[in-house]
Amino acid sequence: MAAAPFLLLAPGTLWLLIFFVWPTLQMLLMSVSTGSLDDGYQVTGSLDAYGTAISRFPKQFGNSLLYGGAATVLDFLIGFPVAYTVAFRGGRYKNLLLFLVIAPFFTSFLIRTISWKTLLGDEGPLLGFLKHSLGVLPAEFTVTGTSFAVVAGITYNFLPFMILPLYVALEKIDPALIEAANDLYASRWQAFRRVTFPLALPGVFAGSILTFIPALGDYVNATLLGNPQTQMIGNVILSRYLTLNDYPLAAALSFILMAGIIVAVTIYARFLGTEQLTG
Amino acid sequence: MADVAVRLTQLTKRFGDPAGRRSATADGSPTAEGVTAVDHIDLEVEDGEFFSLLGPSGCGKTTTLRMIGGFEQPTFGRIELQGEDVTWLPPYRRNVNTVFQNYALFPHLSVFENVAFGLRRRKVPIAEVKRRVSEMLELVELPGFERRKPSQISGGQAQRVALARALVNKPAVLLLDEPLGALDLKLRRQMQVELKRIQEEVGITFIYVTHDQEEAMTMSDRIAVMNRGRYEQLGDPEVLYERPRTRFVAGFLGVSNLLPATMDGQADGYAAFRLGDGTTVRVPTTVLEDQSGSVAVGVRPEKIRMHETDQASPPGFNSLGGTIVDASYIGVSTQYIVRMADGRRVTVYEQNVERATKSELWKTGEQVVLAWSPDHCFVVEEGGGAAPESDEELNAVA
Ligand SMILES: Nc1ncnc2c1ncn2[C@@H]1O[C@H](COP(=O)(O)OP(=O)(O)OP(=O)(O)O)[C@@H](O)[C@H]1O
Ligand SMILES: [Mg+2]
Repeated sequence: MAAAPFLLLAPGTLWLLIFFVWPTLQMLLMSVSTGSLDDGYQVTGSLDAYGTAISRFPKQFGNSLLYGGAATVLDFLIGFPVAYTVAFRGGRYKNLLLFLVIAPFFTSFLIRTISWKTLLGDEGPLLGFLKHSLGVLPAEFTVTGTSFAVVAGITYNFLPFMILPLYVALEKIDPALIEAANDLYASRWQAFRRVTFPLALPGVFAGSILTFIPALGDYVNATLLGNPQTQMIGNVILSRYLTLNDYPLAAALSFILMAGIIVAVTIYARFLGTEQLTG
Repeated sequence: MADVAVRLTQLTKRFGDPAGRRSATADGSPTAEGVTAVDHIDLEVEDGEFFSLLGPSGCGKTTTLRMIGGFEQPTFGRIELQGEDVTWLPPYRRNVNTVFQNYALFPHLSVFENVAFGLRRRKVPIAEVKRRVSEMLELVELPGFERRKPSQISGGQAQRVALARALVNKPAVLLLDEPLGALDLKLRRQMQVELKRIQEEVGITFIYVTHDQEEAMTMSDRIAVMNRGRYEQLGDPEVLYERPRTRFVAGFLGVSNLLPATMDGQADGYAAFRLGDGTTVRVPTTVLEDQSGSVAVGVRPEKIRMHETDQASPPGFNSLGGTIVDASYIGVSTQYIVRMADGRRVTVYEQNVERATKSELWKTGEQVVLAWSPDHCFVVEEGGGAAPESDEELNAVA
């Protein structure tokens, strides 16, 4: 009987071992290897790949942090009012509204990003109209191929990952608590600031992590909506891996990214945690 | 005369009107759709009073309280707080505080911060916040709980914190919506006494909502018995019990025998009423108000004495013959069901004082005479509310 919990955990543990721990270890070994695809790779313990990764790609790391961070903040600013409205004002349309939030995501990520490219293209329906029919924009005005377009694309693509956890957290808040705050002389804004928002913090945390982490590693938006200057670290890993077959460098870049994410998330959790205590 | 803490004038709330917040009709009278939760209530609550709204589920108690608190906007009517019209003020601009039914403590804040919440919003200096919060925790007997989170305290303690959180602001009126509803019977009794003590200590007006008649009776200075969005009678507990004016009030507070009757003239300060079995009973004219239509004469089961048919009733008493159909010994007293000639049943409680043992009790099938002083009679209007009707239900309540 005592073994039952372990038996129940076994499939999950096995899954993690095979599909997460094993590949991660492989990658770790690869990142300290030297060699080439033709000659084979030897685990030499060399940290050259890490040195190269840090010295050669600070701009791409920076872009990832900047775009991922900006998109997460924008998603929060757009997503919070949406989640709040659905949770508190949705009434019997809650489920329909939530469905509408997710509906565009039944189409593939790639297709959606390519449509954005078309939509925002220099002569596309939007800019074309503004430039030629209305003449309010100069002819050389462009959106695609800028960091703005990359951030917009990431923001759009990861929005539901922000909205859904926020919704879950807000939905759980007992409306009587907000009434109690109003009863205790808190205006609507103070009730929001002192009660609703602190109670929604777990959702804010989950939503921003779920948005920020995949956004950091994204390369599709930078590829389709950006230019060579807006390359993110995901683009570098992709090209090192698939085009240049420089496996150790690709692995080292991935590990640096992972370490960065772990550090960032820990700091963030600390920050939100103390905020909640002193609320 | 004491000052008026809260005055409600023609206060009305309808839910589900197509016109939205405001009723489609100007005076708040019903439209085709919608529920009238509160129906043109006029009420004055005096300063320092423990006032209860008592009534069955769905009669509009919570809605009335929520309108006073500012959480619900009236369809019609007016709310004054210490003479000031607050009908359209938001809750945070009213000098009232609420103890919510499920306490609604802020789960992310400590007990101290929960209690301090209102003071902090009012920008009370920190030192004073500290002093008043600890005083208040002292009053509700929870010193030392400052740092606990609401998830770390019991239901009874949460109830006290909710009370402290409201009282610390020294509101003009404290609103309590079934605050003891979630507690078990023993704790409930204890908290009733406690609440009453605290109310007397702080001297703040309490408006207390409950559907428990015993609770309302033990704690209140005055009670309004509500039914279907109105109150049927308002008075102190004793008057409500001794002189209920409607069948609903008589049935909601304690057990009553209600005997349909027709008035048969008045003399010497008494009115004569003829009952269904032909007997005439006398009722002091002082209990007659403007009861109209068909009426019933009421008497509480514990006011009735029983004696054998060959004995005479005390002079001036009302008397009524019948047959005992059921006797149940319930410790303090024995409950008898007596059937009258017209088939009506009357409940009688007899204290087990003289008749010490079970073998000496009245037996079923015995002929008896019921006698009671006319002064214990009350008269209710027949129609109206859905009070417990049959004897079976009355017995179940007992
Ligand atoms: N928000 C609402 N929308 C529609 N109808 C409502 C609403 N709130 C209350 N009602 C209705 O108004 C009536 C009075 O409700 P209220 O909550 O005031 O009753 P109550 O006396 O407090 O009952 P209880 O003892 O069960 O709490 C009920 O018929 C109820 O269904
Ligand atoms: Mg209620």
